[in-house]
Amino acid sequence: MRLRLTPSRIAVGVVLLVAVILCAIGPYIFSDFFVRSILTKTMWLGIAASSLIFLAGFAGMVSLGQAAIYSIAGFVMGNLVAADGGVDTALSPWVGVILGLLASTVIGLVFGAVAARSAGIYFLMITLAFSVLNFYFWGASTDLSGFGGINNIATPGLIGSAGRDPTRLFYVAFIVSILVYLFLRYLIRTPFGITLQGIRDEPTRMRALGYNVPLHRVLAFTIAAFIAGIAGILFIWQNANRIDPNSVNLSATIDVLVVAVVGGLFRVEGAWLGAFVYTVLETYSKNWDLINERFNTVIGAVFLVIVLLSPGGLLGIWDSVRGAARRLGRGAAPATEPGPAGGGGPGAT
Amino acid sequence: MTLQQAQAQIGRYAGRALVGAAGIFAVLWVIALADNAAYKDPKLFLTIGLNAISLAAIYFVVASGFTLIFGLMRIVNMAHGSFFLLGGYFAFHTATSGWGSWGLGILVAALGVAAIGLIQQQVFLRWNQGQDLRQALITIAISIILADQMLAHFGGTTKNLDWPPQLDFRVNFHVFGLIYPFTRIFVILCALAIGTMLFLWLRRTRTGMVIRAGVDDRAMVSALGINIQLVFAMTFMIGSALAAFGGVLGGTLGGLSPGVDNQFLLNSLIVVIIGGMGSLGGAAIGALLYGFVDAFSDIYLPQGYSNYSVLLTFGLLVFVLAVRPFGLFGRAA
Repeated sequence: MRLRLTPSRIAVGVVLLVAVILCAIGPYIFSDFFVRSILTKTMWLGIAASSLIFLAGFAGMVSLGQAAIYSIAGFVMGNLVAADGGVDTALSPWVGVILGLLASTVIGLVFGAVAARSAGIYFLMITLAFSVLNFYFWGASTDLSGFGGINNIATPGLIGSAGRDPTRLFYVAFIVSILVYLFLRYLIRTPFGITLQGIRDEPTRMRALGYNVPLHRVLAFTIAAFIAGIAGILFIWQNANRIDPNSVNLSATIDVLVVAVVGGLFRVEGAWLGAFVYTVLETYSKNWDLINERFNTVIGAVFLVIVLLSPGGLLGIWDSVRGAARRLGRGAAPATEPGPAGGGGPGAT
Repeated sequence: MTLQQAQAQIGRYAGRALVGAAGIFAVLWVIALADNAAYKDPKLFLTIGLNAISLAAIYFVVASGFTLIFGLMRIVNMAHGSFFLLGGYFAFHTATSGWGSWGLGILVAALGVAAIGLIQQQVFLRWNQGQDLRQALITIAISIILADQMLAHFGGTTKNLDWPPQLDFRVNFHVFGLIYPFTRIFVILCALAIGTMLFLWLRRTRTGMVIRAGVDDRAMVSALGINIQLVFAMTFMIGSALAAFGGVLGGTLGGLSPGVDNQFLLNSLIVVIIGGMGSLGGAAIGALLYGFVDAFSDIYLPQGYSNYSVLLTFGLLVFVLAVRPFGLFGRAA
């Protein structure tokens, strides 16, 4: 596939490069607070959102289960390593990380096998129900977590104490983010990724061509579950080594969706842009007189405006504006937006 | 191809057999095997049974609005839980305002929430018709805003609606010494009345006929000169009003606080996922199944495991989806 260099592509590339460089030298130019609470959170939230963008933008599966999946990785790790609360086992932190990731991937595979048979709006509802039931499960299971959650989860020596020195965790999260980004960019260009996009657009035709549509959907969900699991591990380390059901409740579920939609559902890099915007708003809006406690109203309104006006999210604003200008110029010809958020998803009638 | 068909057939039968076996085991467990099995403690069994039915009644009232809106317009109203809570709060403030009452509260809640539902549909959803995922995202955004505004206006503490004193008494059934609050029976009667009215409305009136035709083919209905937009608006109002009514009933039984909206969004989702989206009968069956699993699993799971009752609900969901991906009475969109 030859890459055409259009002005907007060059602009995106330059902005991306500047962002990566700024992040790479971040700990040297920003305060510890900014690195810990904004940049590191951007990284794990971005990873979680990128798993959703991969599913929604490239496989046509808008999942509300990603927060549940990352919480499973987190809770499993929390139970297996030394911690206050949960089952009393003290495996090595790295073993905990690996088993946590394994758990989220396996749950993703099993749940995906059930959920991925449906599509579109049904899939959205089933994953949402899964997510909320997951929240109640960890809350009710006092042996495993309970609403008090798991505290002081042991970290590997590589991470150390992120509270005292956020730099090491940040670099780990940053490098993992880049790896996830490159992996997803690679994956959507492989025959498997192209097939997924075919299934997103024309499931019936792909089936007629002999592709195993449910199998591809299940595999996509499993891969996304693995990536969400990575986000769950990083989330715990950034969240002062604790996890409780309320940090992965319905709002957290919706947050991942908001981040992905605000960033842009059709581009993997949108995940981190959305995560950055969300985290900055969440952290600093409390100090603005107009907003104070009403952060959720603001983020809801931002979400609403993005969904209504720019299906491609912040990254797609340029395209939306240009499209609107062109339509105005031609006298309001009907325009068709591609992709699931703009209609035409598998569930659309 | 024939081999694949045979495999699919075997898979389907295996799934059904598994579901059947699980269901039979659950019934056997409750009747005979559990420590507090029904034959040892019939009074407990009857009480829990009535609890299950009254729980199912509320689930049905709320979910029927959800499924009505979906059936006609293919809109998944993720703000349905917010409408539920908002209806409850409206009724609470009407009932406690000095001049109001519980009955007036229902009226205010139904009308107020119907108006808000109408605004949501006309302003945000109408011009996105046919883009169901986008509409779902829009309603999610609205539910975020509504939840935050309700927290700002009504606070985070639990508010308890009181039953009108005329309803608040106990009925002695004279069966195994069963004495049961009439309020919960009243809830069951309300659900029966609403179910019957919805059924008659959809099956026996002209509007209902238009709605059923609209479910099958919207374009054809409007081509016949029927103002389908008017029917859409009306259906959305009635669906929202049902959420509000459920909010009054549920709020009186269980209290109102932030988070109840999510709980009842989940309840509606589970009911319609089990029963099949857009089917009223499916909502009734789904609500009953869910109500029974919910009420019985709390009491009849062995000691030490009752915390895991939510897993049974999830199991029910998975079992139904494994056999019928679009719910018991659902059809592929």
